Amino acid sequence: MVDAATKPGNGHSLSPSAHGAVRVDHLLIAGMVEKNARVLDVGCGDGALLRLLADLRNVDARGIEISQRGVNDCVAKGLSVIQGDADSDLLDYPDDAFDYVILSQTIQATHHPRKVLENMLRIGTRAIVSFPNFGHWRIRTQLAFCGRMPVTQNLSYFWYDTPNIHFCTIRDFVELTRELDVKINRAMAMNQFGTQVRVNAPWWVWNLFGEQAVFLLERRR
Amino acid sequence: MSATVDSQRARLREVDAPQSLVVRFPETSPLKLDAGVDLTNLSVAYQTYGALNSQKSNAVLICHALTGDQHVANIHPLTGKPGWWSTMVGPGKPFDTERFFVICANVVGGCMGTTGPASTNPMTGKPYGLELPIVTIRDMVRAQAKLIDHLGIDQLFCVAGGSMGGMQVLQWAASYPERVFSAVPIATGARHSSQNIAFHEVGRQAIMADPDWRDGRYFDEGVRPFKGLAVARMAAHITYLSDEALQQKFGRKLQNRAAPTFSFDADFQIESYLRHQGSAFVERFDANSYLYMTRAMDYFDLAGDYGGKLRAAFLKTKSRFCVVSFTSDWLFPTSDSRAIVHALNASGASVSFVEIETEKGHDAFLLDLPELIATTTGFIDSAARARGIA
Repeated sequence: MVDAATKPGNGHSLSPSAHGAVRVDHLLIAGMVEKNARVLDVGCGDGALLRLLADLRNVDARGIEISQRGVNDCVAKGLSVIQGDADSDLLDYPDDAFDYVILSQTIQATHHPRKVLENMLRIGTRAIVSFPNFGHWRIRTQLAFCGRMPVTQNLSYFWYDTPNIHFCTIRDFVELTRELDVKINRAMAMNQFGTQVRVNAPWWVWNLFGEQAVFLLERRR
Repeated sequence: MSATVDSQRARLREVDAPQSLVVRFPETSPLKLDAGVDLTNLSVAYQTYGALNSQKSNAVLICHALTGDQHVANIHPLTGKPGWWSTMVGPGKPFDTERFFVICANVVGGCMGTTGPASTNPMTGKPYGLELPIVTIRDMVRAQAKLIDHLGIDQLFCVAGGSMGGMQVLQWAASYPERVFSAVPIATGARHSSQNIAFHEVGRQAIMADPDWRDGRYFDEGVRPFKGLAVARMAAHITYLSDEALQQKFGRKLQNRAAPTFSFDADFQIESYLRHQGSAFVERFDANSYLYMTRAMDYFDLAGDYGGKLRAAFLKTKSRFCVVSFTSDWLFPTSDSRAIVHALNASGASVSFVEIETEKGHDAFLLDLPELIATTTGFIDSAARARGIA
């Protein structure tokens, strides 16, 4: 069991003023990244997070994206992005190539989340993982009372067409970091309104009320 | 299939006295070839567009493909057609000539003014023919580096090119890592595949089987292997297109006739099209040069120069790369580009990689594709910001 006492602290906050409608989880991630760092965003989508990190943190921003449309959009915006996927394309990178490897809202769509996480912490000294918490109370109630696979605003796919094949709860994820002997440097959970769950709340509160979670992980030396 | 006397005279003029800028290197500055010999009296014919800035930081080198030349963005002196990459080079284009100083040189072994098999050998006063040593992609790049030295440029802002031009881009990044700020290899590979060598061999054999080839001494004997060269071009041209594109454009349509003629005439539109491609090509290209160019591509295996490990070729690179491939290109399929990208990732290089969806085949890199324009523009603009080019 993990309790509140072992839960690591919060990141510092950043003002989103210059960026209009910036996703809250992106801002939380940006708050975890040091200036001028080398960053790889795995599953970078349209490059919004990379752009934010380049602007706010002046990072050397690189990305991998599975959809060719997303890649081409990113490159047209001047971002350094290649087509590839988390399961197979992290293998090519050498050890310690990056300061941060980010997996934002993507781990649940990978075939081998554990291997992906291992590779992230091989090629990067730190990893930032954000994911939808399958232990959130709305999801639990849908399954418990409707007896059907949950479909929510955030997770809008039906079971038969979802790309999300490896859902986990916050508790599950914490357990995996223990198995991998990875240090949780920081952790945050957000409720459905995008506000942070109280930092000193126990893990079960996070797991019940956190709709999304963001973890900053570090190799143990 | 015969070329007019006038057009051949004009073509031969381009060999020794081209309508281009030419730098003639003195005998004391030979080109050291991979074949182990020095090529003396090297001439390099080139075109430039735009102006070099005072810091000399805005130079772009465009590398041409197998049958291309230095006339990248001006009317071609022989064909009267627009330059082969006027979609990509010019005012407001991705390689904006109002912003960059764009250079394109005819490769060594070519036939548009840079020393090649059709050039006059100063030792004999006759065309080199097969006396010219075999040249490689690396030799082409060495010759370009001599030109860039001559122009007083230390570092190129960008080296870009498609197909054989892309091979030169990769070679530049490997041979002169500190002289390449950014690199755009398009529709290319780090080595020529067995299938590609096979197609080239068919082309070469077609030329050599022409009785007018005369072991490469056709100039001395007043003949030209037009038929062989045209067949070589026809075969190669098929590899530049895709099955889908051919089906869309020609299908089984007949050429100006209602029914097959039960003969070996060009009944089908595709036959007529290929014959036209062949006969137009011999007007502007030298058969021996075609042999040399195809050989240079066949010999290209960048990893081979680095112990079989492609990533080793890029270990010293600081260049940022933008690799581009096309879905229907079966001559240099996306897997070739992906191999380059993986090697670049393994060496820690900064790399962008786009695969563009098109049915146009290998030749797509020469066409006005909005996605090609958008992605290269984005890449170039971002690299220019990083280099501090206004």
